[in-house]
Amino acid sequence: MVSALEIYQLLPTAACKECGYASCMALAVALLRREKKLDDCPPLFDPKYAEKLNKLKELLAPLEQASETGLIIHAEKCFGCGNCVVACPVNVANDPTGSAVGLGPKSDKVILIVENGIVMCPNPDECRRFGPNKILCNACTATCPSKAIEFV
Amino acid sequence: MLCEDIEVALKVGAIEKSKNLCRKGQGHFQALFTERTVPCIEGIETSEEKAIAKAAEILRDADSPLFYGWSNSSLEAQKTGIELAKKLESKIDDTSSFCQGILLERVLKGTLPSCALDDVRNFADVSVFWGSDPSNSHPRHLSRFSYYPRGSKRQKGYDQDRNCVVIDVRKSSTSKLCSNYLRIPPGSDAELIEALLAIQDGKMPRFGEKKRIIELATILKKAEFGVIFPGLGLIYSLTNKMEIFDGFLAKLNAISNYKVIPMGGHYNTRGFNELMLNETGYINQVSFKNGMHHGPENDVINAAKSCDVCVVVGSDPLSALPFETAHSLAKSKLIAIDPRKSLTTEAASVVIPSAMYGLEAGGTAIRMDGLKISFEPIIESDLLSDEELLRRIIEAV
Repeated sequence: MVSALEIYQLLPTAACKECGYASCMALAVALLRREKKLDDCPPLFDPKYAEKLNKLKELLAPLEQASETGLIIHAEKCFGCGNCVVACPVNVANDPTGSAVGLGPKSDKVILIVENGIVMCPNPDECRRFGPNKILCNACTATCPSKAIEFV
Repeated sequence: MLCEDIEVALKVGAIEKSKNLCRKGQGHFQALFTERTVPCIEGIETSEEKAIAKAAEILRDADSPLFYGWSNSSLEAQKTGIELAKKLESKIDDTSSFCQGILLERVLKGTLPSCALDDVRNFADVSVFWGSDPSNSHPRHLSRFSYYPRGSKRQKGYDQDRNCVVIDVRKSSTSKLCSNYLRIPPGSDAELIEALLAIQDGKMPRFGEKKRIIELATILKKAEFGVIFPGLGLIYSLTNKMEIFDGFLAKLNAISNYKVIPMGGHYNTRGFNELMLNETGYINQVSFKNGMHHGPENDVINAAKSCDVCVVVGSDPLSALPFETAHSLAKSKLIAIDPRKSLTTEAASVVIPSAMYGLEAGGTAIRMDGLKISFEPIIESDLLSDEELLRRIIEAV
């Protein structure tokens, strides 16, 4: 997954503060969190940075598929083992007789389910990473054997 | 795995939506719509009646037929198959003779202690995957039973309540999930067992990374309820030295509580082995010619060279077996009973399509831990099940 440092290296690093941040590194973090867009950095659209701009667009393209919590599912890598469904602490709390004991989810409030052999995220708003007071939980990504799910 | 919590919605010609099915299971059911067999005699499409009559005719004229497969079929079909093999005085073998048979025999005869997978979920604190990779072979194994779920005595989750150990020759998908991964050179499982036994006796191991092996021995020793899931890696490595594993289990059980559940690759391997054990006293490799004989001469590797007809039910030996055996089987007259196309059905003289268990036909199967699971048909089909087809052949021969 892309890191803030990779984004920073492609920014103009002019510290113009036109984006509203004190440094380009802060903008890089904001771009990674999808709080800002490339349009918020006017110097980047100078023709001399055209190559960097294209690379940045390429680098940030996968982030557009991410859910509100930053979860990206690579469907082609997932084989539907359900480890993430069972290990997710919110799934366990919301569905004590289903996913908590290894069975298929029985509640509508679970964050992750396996559908058509691939993991899906029907309720991202239940995730600990949702909203401003998020907790950086990684129970689902840590249990994925094929790295089919990851957070930005 | 015989998962009993799956939900499938069907539409005409495809699966509309499935829930809780892993990708393997999805493929299994999807094949119902894309990879179906049609009745064939020598590659020419025919009617089911004619295919059954031709199969019966070939079997009537056969000198030494072999019945092989059975792992992907129901208990009822397996029972009928054994009956047919007895009637024709032929050899019968299943995929376990080349696979988990050596361990399953020990489990079924009580030499090795075993338990149910639900006991693993409820009580086990140490799961050892030895030469097995459930993430690829049984995708839902870890999430349903052996590592991630909460159980009655394991309420705190996998990171606090359970230990997962992987012993393998390569960094498998499962080993990436477990904190205790021990990589060993191919074929050195017996040496590892000896090293672990030496540590239990208070001696230093003379094998591999001593520190890691001592750590592993400590985890095994401290377990309250440990379960070993041996895969083909361990079985092929030990083959003729399986008594070492028996001794290891006895030693572990003297200091703790350990069980063994062989990682059967097909959904009803254990069913056939249990049936054969009840009927003949052996789990596989049986010949009914002039009474009943058991021995390696009746296993598929040797029988493939001497048989003139091979009936394959619920298996694809031409894809799965070594080239030499597959070549021998392909040279004999093959009768394949299978709902799906495979290399075996492509090479078979007679192909008889059957109803797919779990979707078009009901039946019973025995899971890897010995639990009997019944399933009902969920869609109507004109096709006969393996059991009904074999019954028709019995009547015709």
